[in-house]
Amino acid sequence: MQNPTEYRYTKDHEWVQASGKTLRVGITEYAQHELGDVVFIDLPAVGATVSQGKAFSVVESVKAASDIYAPISGKVTLRNEKLTDNPELVNSSPFQDGWIAEIEASDTNELSKLMSAEDYTKYVAGISK
Amino acid sequence: MEENLKRTPLYDAHKRLGAKFVGFGGWEMPVSYTSMIEEHVNTRENVSLFDVSHMGEVFVSGKNALKALQHLTTNDVSKLAIGRAQYSVLANEKGGAVDDIIVYRLGENDYLVCVNASNREKDFQWMIQHNPYEAVIEDRSDAYAQIAIQGPKGAALFAKLLGMNPTEFSREKFPGFSVRKFPDEYKSIPLIAARTGYTGEDGFEVFLPAESAEKMWQGLLDIGAEFNVKPSGLAARDTLRLEACLCLYGHELSDDRDILSAGLGWVTKFDKEEFIGKAALEAINKSGVQEKLCGFEVVDPGIVREGAEVFDASGALVGKVTSGTKPPTVGKAIAMAYVPVKYSQPGSELFAEVRGKKLRMRGVPIPFYKRSK
Repeated sequence: MQNPTEYRYTKDHEWVQASGKTLRVGITEYAQHELGDVVFIDLPAVGATVSQGKAFSVVESVKAASDIYAPISGKVTLRNEKLTDNPELVNSSPFQDGWIAEIEASDTNELSKLMSAEDYTKYVAGISK
Repeated sequence: MEENLKRTPLYDAHKRLGAKFVGFGGWEMPVSYTSMIEEHVNTRENVSLFDVSHMGEVFVSGKNALKALQHLTTNDVSKLAIGRAQYSVLANEKGGAVDDIIVYRLGENDYLVCVNASNREKDFQWMIQHNPYEAVIEDRSDAYAQIAIQGPKGAALFAKLLGMNPTEFSREKFPGFSVRKFPDEYKSIPLIAARTGYTGEDGFEVFLPAESAEKMWQGLLDIGAEFNVKPSGLAARDTLRLEACLCLYGHELSDDRDILSAGLGWVTKFDKEEFIGKAALEAINKSGVQEKLCGFEVVDPGIVREGAEVFDASGALVGKVTSGTKPPTVGKAIAMAYVPVKYSQPGSELFAEVRGKKLRMRGVPIPFYKRSK
């Protein structure tokens, strides 16, 4: 699975997609593969304030719970309710149907701190050795 | 990964199959090959292979073997006919568990004790230090590998490997908890096969020489396509055993907690003349246990895991979760915990704390899963 070029990426394997002012976020293919089967997602509350780099959600595999860090700061406007009954979407479609939440960004300049698809792909190749 | 982890004879085979590895009890073991959920479901529906070579094999023999084992274990070894096996406990003087084990009687004065990987050294030392009858006790763990074949199609797969009629492996002909030697049916590799397991499914645990493990492992995979055989890792092993409410040492069992609280009264035979821990366990049996190991379904959204604190409705801390996850067959978050006897009835409502939130749990009858036949 390729890392979509229109997204930006964090070192903790979250992605963010810009579509207007609300930015959709999720975790990458690499992250879902490392986690294994996802069985539960603690989705953030709509209206919650999030800060770039701070934990805003938890994805649970059978073995462990993993914090998910907000790739950008702002307010949660929408959460992917489908994940309540179908947490496995995070595994099968991490970049599309497995999205976690939409965030109204408080500062879109924060996106420049994140990696491009090309840089993220190189980064993952480096840590996978 | 920790340093200096040991590897079983099947390590290379797991690598070739693309397994992900994890450190467990000092061993580098496959945690999964494809996905834990797939491996778990395949075990319940078809058949899976587990490399359990990290477990230990201690042989007890000689004319005082029975006496020695009666002294060391809580169950009644005198009830074991040749070719039979029993689940049991090596208890300490307080009635806690040094380890939970299976004792297999292979011959007149010839017993195999299978011990947990994490307790290999400890158990062997314990046994030789508590051997007043001077039975011959040998740790042959390094010489043996162990492959578990688990699932409803396990008997058919094993029969095919041995070139035998599957009717020879019916439950009538080869009952559960019986053990048999197959010295040359499979490529002249001496096998000891028992109809035991740790998944809640039918199946076999096969002990064989370490140097032949890869051959048998590959042999099973090569002929097993018609049964949908798949290798399965420790992640699935844990979810399977939890659904079946089988104890895991270090979680439900430990040196410090009496085994009667764990519900192991059924392998504690008080009419035996003596055994280590008998006095302590008799006293507990008489006065009643204070806490009981119970099963819970998590009612609120979330997953409750080992170590989570358990509270009652008034907010008092009443226990701790020993194991918990959301396993595929049961399909809901479940947990096991020791709680005061007054909360041990199914239907009891307690609360487990997860990341600062209290999740409601309801006591349910165990096991969470029972196979249909």
